[in-house]
Amino acid sequence: MSQHAHEHARVPFWRNPQIRAWIYQCIMLGGLLWVAFTMYQNTLANLEKRGIGSGFGFLQNEAGFNIGETAPIPVLQGGFLWFLVALIFGLFASRAIAVWLKKQDKTITSNDKTVFAVIALVGIIPVLVLYIGSDSISFTRYTEASSYITALMTGFANTIKVTILGCIFSTILGLIIALGRLSPNWLISKLCSWYVELNRNLPVLLQLFFWYFIVLQQLPSVRQSIDIGGWFILNNRGLYLPAPVAQSGAWPFCLAIGAAFIGIYFIFRRSVRLLNECGTPGKILLPSLALLIGLPALVWLVAGAPFTLDYPVLKGFNYRGGIDLTPEFTALLVGLTVYVSAFNAEIIRSGIQAVSNGQREAARALALKERHVMRLVILPQAMRIIVPPMTSEYLAIAKNSSLAVAIGYPDFVSVGGTILNQSGQAVEIVGIWMGVYLSISLVISLGMNWYNAKIKLVER
Amino acid sequence: MRITRTLALVIAFALMASSAFASTLEDVTKRGYLKCGTHIENPGFSALDSSGNRIGFDVDFCRAVGAATDVDVKYTPLTSKERLPALQSGEIDLLSRTTTQTMSRDTNLGLDFTVVTLYDGQGLMIRKELGITKASDLDGATICLQTGSTTELNVADYFRKHNMKFKPVVFDKQPDVRKAYDTGRCDVHTTDVSGLAAQRSLMKNPEEHIILPELISKEPLAPVVRHGDNQWGDIVRWTIWLTMAAEEKGITSENVEKMAKESKDPEVQRMLGATGTLWQDLGLDKDAPVRIIKLVGNYGDIFDRNLGPKTPLRLDRGYNNQWNNGGLIYAPPFR
Repeated sequence: MSQHAHEHARVPFWRNPQIRAWIYQCIMLGGLLWVAFTMYQNTLANLEKRGIGSGFGFLQNEAGFNIGETAPIPVLQGGFLWFLVALIFGLFASRAIAVWLKKQDKTITSNDKTVFAVIALVGIIPVLVLYIGSDSISFTRYTEASSYITALMTGFANTIKVTILGCIFSTILGLIIALGRLSPNWLISKLCSWYVELNRNLPVLLQLFFWYFIVLQQLPSVRQSIDIGGWFILNNRGLYLPAPVAQSGAWPFCLAIGAAFIGIYFIFRRSVRLLNECGTPGKILLPSLALLIGLPALVWLVAGAPFTLDYPVLKGFNYRGGIDLTPEFTALLVGLTVYVSAFNAEIIRSGIQAVSNGQREAARALALKERHVMRLVILPQAMRIIVPPMTSEYLAIAKNSSLAVAIGYPDFVSVGGTILNQSGQAVEIVGIWMGVYLSISLVISLGMNWYNAKIKLVER
Repeated sequence: MRITRTLALVIAFALMASSAFASTLEDVTKRGYLKCGTHIENPGFSALDSSGNRIGFDVDFCRAVGAATDVDVKYTPLTSKERLPALQSGEIDLLSRTTTQTMSRDTNLGLDFTVVTLYDGQGLMIRKELGITKASDLDGATICLQTGSTTELNVADYFRKHNMKFKPVVFDKQPDVRKAYDTGRCDVHTTDVSGLAAQRSLMKNPEEHIILPELISKEPLAPVVRHGDNQWGDIVRWTIWLTMAAEEKGITSENVEKMAKESKDPEVQRMLGATGTLWQDLGLDKDAPVRIIKLVGNYGDIFDRNLGPKTPLRLDRGYNNQWNNGGLIYAPPFR
């Protein structure tokens, strides 16, 4: 024993592979840090030498330019701040409950009280906070007099808007195309596979140009708009619809709808419980509809009309009022959705086909209905294969949305580019661009990884 | 897309050894050619002709500086977003790309503006059929414009000042702005009047569009150099002034050699290097002025050849006439 230890000690440390590996890693890390530090120093020195100002102070200056599409941005103060605090607290508390339940070897769905607690923590309490503090919530909308920061946030909101909608629509469209490709109908199957091949193999920028300059500019001019009763107006400046304007009854009305959805959730739970206990599912459709229509209608009667409609009217050059959907936004959303849905369709199709045929046959042998075969047996197993590659498609949407600048949509890169030119602060703006896109991508990855972990095969 | 280029420039800042740029003149002579930043495609200012040569008003001033230093010129086509970083990082020696002189560009960005080569102003182009005759009738209009220029701020300021509203549709490249305006996405196309004239010449039906009489900004366009190399700045400045003074004295590319030998005017003699050491003091040789005028002609020739009434742009001299002819073009004395 002692001799063994003695021999061990005699080996000089540079011969020890583990220590050597560590030393290499340290040298590598040191080298990287040195390069990074030198680059930083060099940048500062070069900027200084050329008399170019640096730092982020310029972000407070007045922007002065106009942005075509602005979203209301909540100001982080008063009621909104408390809402965020309540929401974050609720999320952490729910997480703590989940961890605690896991320690006790219980699952969340088996315990009614904890479900209610979680709903209260994440849903009801924050909404109540929002309701109580609703007087002090203020939104700001970008104008020429706003600061560069507000301009950047407006661009960011536009990017997020198109990214989220793009992810949702491309998934739905992808699922439909995938099911179409798997269809036994020869024509549908062929059409869907042409769709995939066509859209997957054309560059996305080209597709955006196609939708924007070729398809959407063919629409009639403002004076020759397609007008359906003042409700639906379409021309080459966009699609105009009436906008709801919130009245005093809006808050209770929204709360009533939220409450109706919570109620529907419990109706579903009851139905599943009855199915498991008695063999017949509880009624879903009628009680749900009654709740969804009845509760808000009751509130409407009591608290007065929640909304009035603001119709778009032709004034001078353009329609004003209402909601407008610009051709830039539409072209970007449609272009990205169509492009990415082709990839999504292939991912979903391969996921479904990867589930062994025996599973399908077994499910049919149990006399499950065809839609139950898909929903209860095939899709849950296919999801495990589908989710990881879908993450990169969602990332692709977020990143490709920066092509917006080519078709005039004021996204984050477009607005940042304008600021870059007005202020000349290239290093800072490029830094902000990189930081923000990295954050968006990491958040998407985080969400998808969490979902992936949730649906993965639980080994017992 | 173009972002990669901006990125590359930023990385160039990080990697460049701090000791670069000793003297631009030395660099240019050693390299054997001048790197000049211009428009990608802006007829009259910088565009390719049928045989693939770059021609235009801005290009001629690049060629003049090339002749002054006796080297060839290589052109770097740049978008308006890229142009200033390209000069700051040393990718080009001279930026001649309809760049408006402003205070913040002159001070905060490490740049120096040389001589105003064109007194321009931002204008508004609109379809004739709308029947609008003045800019104050444009409340609520949709306006197509290019990002990364003073245009965006001018039009916003103008509408704010007159308490009017507008919706901008902002593109990265001038051809896309033109396409969007031409297909009817916007009511108004705005940029410098000279640029509007150039863009109009490329529309489907140029005669359907009018440029409103109001100018909503002052746009003194000047070639730009980096701040800190005074000798290089002086070379560019006096090269441009030489073309202006040559017009005043009636010197053209045809008669410049004869004038240099035979002129009795002492200022012409000094100006063309026949007497004195004006050009040697600048770091050039005494033949430089004759080379410049022989290659590009005088200021009036440059204007007429690229922008004047006989070109598709059909611009009048206006402010860009000689000072003794009611304009603002005024070269300091050569002595």
